[in-house]
Amino acid sequence: MMAGAKSFWLHVAVVLVLFALNFLLPEYHRGVFSRAMVLAVFAMGYNLAFGYTGLLSLGHAMFFAAGLYGAGLPIYHLEWSAWPALGTALLAGAALALAVGFLALRTAGVAFMIVTLMFAQVFYLATLYFGAYTRGEEGLVLPQAARALPLLGWNLVLTDPPTRYMIALTLLASVLAITFLLVRSPYGRSLIAIRENEERMRMLGYNVFANKLGAVVVSGVICATAGAAYGLLFGYIGSGFASIQYSILPLLWVLLGGAATTLGPIIGTLFMFYAVDLASSYTSAYMLVVGLALILLILFFPKGIVGTIRERWLPWLP
Amino acid sequence: MAAVTPPLLVTRNLSRFFGGLKAVDRVDFALPEGQVRAIIGPNGAGKTTFVSLVCGRILPSSGSILFDGREISHEPAHRRVRAGIAYTFQITSIFPNLTVFDNVALAAQRHLLDQKRVRPTEKTLQDACTKALDQVGLAQRASHRAGNLAYGHQRLVEIAMGLALRPRLLILDEPTQGLSDEEIEAFIRLVREIRREATILLIEHNMDVVMALAECITVMDQGRILAEGPPAAIRADAAVQQAYLGG
Repeated sequence: MMAGAKSFWLHVAVVLVLFALNFLLPEYHRGVFSRAMVLAVFAMGYNLAFGYTGLLSLGHAMFFAAGLYGAGLPIYHLEWSAWPALGTALLAGAALALAVGFLALRTAGVAFMIVTLMFAQVFYLATLYFGAYTRGEEGLVLPQAARALPLLGWNLVLTDPPTRYMIALTLLASVLAITFLLVRSPYGRSLIAIRENEERMRMLGYNVFANKLGAVVVSGVICATAGAAYGLLFGYIGSGFASIQYSILPLLWVLLGGAATTLGPIIGTLFMFYAVDLASSYTSAYMLVVGLALILLILFFPKGIVGTIRERWLPWLP
Repeated sequence: MAAVTPPLLVTRNLSRFFGGLKAVDRVDFALPEGQVRAIIGPNGAGKTTFVSLVCGRILPSSGSILFDGREISHEPAHRRVRAGIAYTFQITSIFPNLTVFDNVALAAQRHLLDQKRVRPTEKTLQDACTKALDQVGLAQRASHRAGNLAYGHQRLVEIAMGLALRPRLLILDEPTQGLSDEEIEAFIRLVREIRREATILLIEHNMDVVMALAECITVMDQGRILAEGPPAAIRADAAVQQAYLGG
């Protein structure tokens, strides 16, 4: 179990580095990192379906948004506090993923992409249609008072930047631990095998549909958690987060960092954030620069950053 | 009256049509437990379709399949596998990017998970895989990437996966296709060993292999059973000669 121990300590080290950065980073970059870490959790959830199970979904924005609205709407309209709102967010994500997965998994490949895309469009249009509650694109700003997490006698104020960073990191570390354990478990191994050869798995006695549905639900719940955290930490919920852009972004982050790697989504998300940040400080045509950088990266790192590192140097990376 | 053990596998009036083509046409078939049965017949006779119906890769148009006395015609493939029917593919179907060990472990893990009594641990998994790999003679290559193995060895990985499921019925679909004479010799020895643990249904074109292994031969032609009997009788059968050897 040499490889297992090595990868375990690498993951611990990554979390420790991120922890130290809370004290080292200047205010501005701490904010960027907080945001990127929450979105990296979104990417990690997406990676479970896309990277490990081979389900190319173009609709994961709906799971992120289910968490965002699942937490935000009760807070805004019913004056709930953060903890129960987090509960409804996870329930919303799980229920939506179960329903969408149950229907969409009857298809595969391109049809699966289209079906998930359509479901996400329905969700997006629904957030506009129920504008009386969601205020559509304009969105809602969550009240300051609700953005606090009482925990073991402390009251964590989510508007305070260092607290925000630590909560984002805690979330990231938990989801990283979950994916790390999951992909190395018998269940995770069977998901990877389904991606590699579905028919063979069926003929080895695996219920392929149920396994995939499980992966979609876990993926959806993780994405919904990221959505809920995003809403609570940054205080704004709007239809934009349910749009197609937020279905494409996690795909991009995962591809950049390395599909089916545990650390890839984190690296990919941070890389993309800083590529946009850096390019936009020099030119208004920053998306052109970012696009070019992405093309170069895919040319030289076809399996993403971590994926290529694994292929060439560190085969033990999970 | 002496008690007769019911056959392990029975099909009644089993048919599968693809459009107008009767791939399998009202087949009545019975396979006693412990037997090595070969199915032979010209290309397009319906052999692979027939065993695919048995293992659930395709569903029948009509008729029924009983496994160990239980109706399974409408059960999904994965449940039939867990009931004890293992199928090895005609066209090698393994996980090329995983190691040989991991390929077999996926099969062993499924079997262990279904055994309620024993909790699957690293140890039991390791033992089950080593046993299956030893049987086919691939223990030395356990850590190799399966896709890098020679073709004959990939066929053996396929068989080891079947063995790791500890099936009651092992269906081998043209297992010796593309193997060298030496590998075929080893394969015959392997099947003789496996038959102690499982009933074997073998689709095979190589008549030497069939004659060496089968206790009973079923001849199919145009979706129907043309003849059935012990090897010597089949060899002498005029109708079989007509269909299989072209007169």
